[in-house]
Amino acid sequence: MIRKLTLTAIAAMALMAGGANAAGGGDTHIEDIAFSFEGPFGKYDQAQLQRGLKVFVEVCQSCHGLKYVPLRTLADPGGPGYTEDEVRAFAAENFEIYDPELDDWREAKPSDHFPAVTGEGMGPDLSLMAKARAGFHGPYGTGINQLFRGIGGAEYIASFLMGFTGEEDEVAGQYLYENTAFDGGWVSMAPQLDDGLIDYDDGHPNDAQNLAEDVAAFLMWTAEPKMMARKQAGFVAVTLLVLLSALLYLTNKKLWYPVKHGGKQAKL
Amino acid sequence: MSGIPHDHYEPGTRFEKWLHARLPIVALAYDTIMIPTPKNLNWWWIWGIVLAFTLVLQIVTGIVLVMHYTPHVDLAFASIEHIMRNVNGGHMLRYVHANGASLFFLAVYIHMFRGLFYGSYKAPREVTWIIGMLIYLAMMATGFLGYVLPWGQMSFWGATVITGLFGAIPFIGDAIQTWLLGGPAVDNATLNRFFSLHYLLPFVIAALVAVHIWAFHTTGNSNPTGVEVRRGSKEEAKKDTLPFWPYFVIKDLFALAVVLLVFFAVVGFMPNYLGHPDNYIEANPLVTPAHIVPEWYYLPFYAILRAFTSDVWAVQLASFITGGIVDAKFFGVLAMFGAILVMVFTPWLDTSKVRSGQNRPMFKWWFRLLVIDFIVLTWVGARDTNFPHDWISLIGATYWFAYFLIILPLLGIMEKPKTPPKTIEDDFNAHYPEASGSAAE
Repeated sequence: MIRKLTLTAIAAMALMAGGANAAGGGDTHIEDIAFSFEGPFGKYDQAQLQRGLKVFVEVCQSCHGLKYVPLRTLADPGGPGYTEDEVRAFAAENFEIYDPELDDWREAKPSDHFPAVTGEGMGPDLSLMAKARAGFHGPYGTGINQLFRGIGGAEYIASFLMGFTGEEDEVAGQYLYENTAFDGGWVSMAPQLDDGLIDYDDGHPNDAQNLAEDVAAFLMWTAEPKMMARKQAGFVAVTLLVLLSALLYLTNKKLWYPVKHGGKQAKL
Repeated sequence: MSGIPHDHYEPGTRFEKWLHARLPIVALAYDTIMIPTPKNLNWWWIWGIVLAFTLVLQIVTGIVLVMHYTPHVDLAFASIEHIMRNVNGGHMLRYVHANGASLFFLAVYIHMFRGLFYGSYKAPREVTWIIGMLIYLAMMATGFLGYVLPWGQMSFWGATVITGLFGAIPFIGDAIQTWLLGGPAVDNATLNRFFSLHYLLPFVIAALVAVHIWAFHTTGNSNPTGVEVRRGSKEEAKKDTLPFWPYFVIKDLFALAVVLLVFFAVVGFMPNYLGHPDNYIEANPLVTPAHIVPEWYYLPFYAILRAFTSDVWAVQLASFITGGIVDAKFFGVLAMFGAILVMVFTPWLDTSKVRSGQNRPMFKWWFRLLVIDFIVLTWVGARDTNFPHDWISLIGATYWFAYFLIILPLLGIMEKPKTPPKTIEDDFNAHYPEASGSAAE
């Protein structure tokens, strides 16, 4: 019976996923990447998040904001792991913020958010992009493969950055670039990453694929900054519930034993 | 409280006697928790406790979330991110609440199909069943209203589509839709009223749950054999039943712990698995998502809604007879609500004299087909409407109605049921041959 319940639970999970995965799919190509943060035991790779931040600031930042992400969280546990002083210096060095109280622009402080970037020709905010896209949908639209590969938001971002075919088109005065990861195939963002575009401080390989994966990992963190705390809470909850289930199972068995065995007491 | 003879509460101490004469609240609690329960209940009977727990879980997490949430079109989405990033434990709170809705519906569907298989809806438990259907409807409304609150793309466009269903009603539809939305389109007024109602309805559900429990405590629980508890005397009833406390409380708590184990694994390790990525994009009235899909728990009925296109002869016939008043869209809406309405009438549509599906050899197969039908409809409800999905939804929707309107009434006449065990005690002893050794306590 317990087996039956477990099977019911697993079957139901698979079934329920159908709704979540209806959108998208199509002919887009998303490469599965073994990110460090995947699976129940997965953690963010601190060095990778720092590299991804560098890619973001030097490349993406000119057209994309991260308006939901407070700069101070760069020093939070489970993130890129900068010290508070480093964050203060980083904020002051990289961002100018308009302060309505001063009625003027000033250097950013850790309590500020990454700036929102809006206006003509600017791209969407990337704070939540890694959760706003699903890389995997199959098989047959059931979404069951997400159980094994993850939802694939970070994979989507990396595949998108690497998915340019080099084909260009001009439609009504606007340039479009062919991209194998983008739904619809043509996107108004031009290819951005080249091998060696950025030199990493830690000397990590910096070909385009690495840059794409690093910034994708960083954007996964901006979308889900509490992921490591969440998984930890999950482990505590699951461990305690395993223990509680075991105790209740034994209690239940002992309680019912006389009923099922003509009044005899259980020998435990 | 129960019609089954059993020991009632006797106030012992002077204080208890004093209180009992003024407010018999301890007696109420005692009789509720000590209700004689058929001792042959199997594991399909645990979902009621799971549901009661989930309702409390949703109300508690919801109340705390409201402390940090802002129901305004410009601020709602950002306030959710505030909860996710800045509120202590806010990310867990929100993920538990969001996935709690899925647990709620999973549990209610299993609970309903258990009732459908074991004939729990039959006399004398029709009222319990109908109250249950009202709870289910209130849950659907609450879930839908709650999904709008984060003000993501699916929130906005889901609200637009679902209120549009009411707009399909002939003549008065547009007025009703405007009244529901508080304006010509989904906007701040809509968000505010949805928030208000999302906070209200769970308490309506809680009240209905109390009535639901009251009703089946009056009739006594159903059980897998469908044989009623003997009520001739207290001794006789005791052979068929055990008090709810401690036997079923402990059993149900064990099951609840196992269910929660799975639940917290989902919350901890893949909290967005059941959600929709588009809802992490802030609502934008100017951009329609490529696919607007409801949450998984509405999909079977969404599939039925979409199954009846203008190509279907039944739709054309309805349109012809009514002079075009019932068009394909309105027909779909009628079908969707009809699919739930037929369930409400199940107690009278099922003509069989035998209660439990265990004793109904033909029914068993039609019921299994209904479960498969429900699963297929869930799957196809999330797909596009191209071939073969259109045909699959139409066949699935047709079977749904056929089961309730044709198969159930006919089966009662055609089927030759097996003879159920004479008593619950016999059934229990057949499972546990040693049990008859002496009278169980």
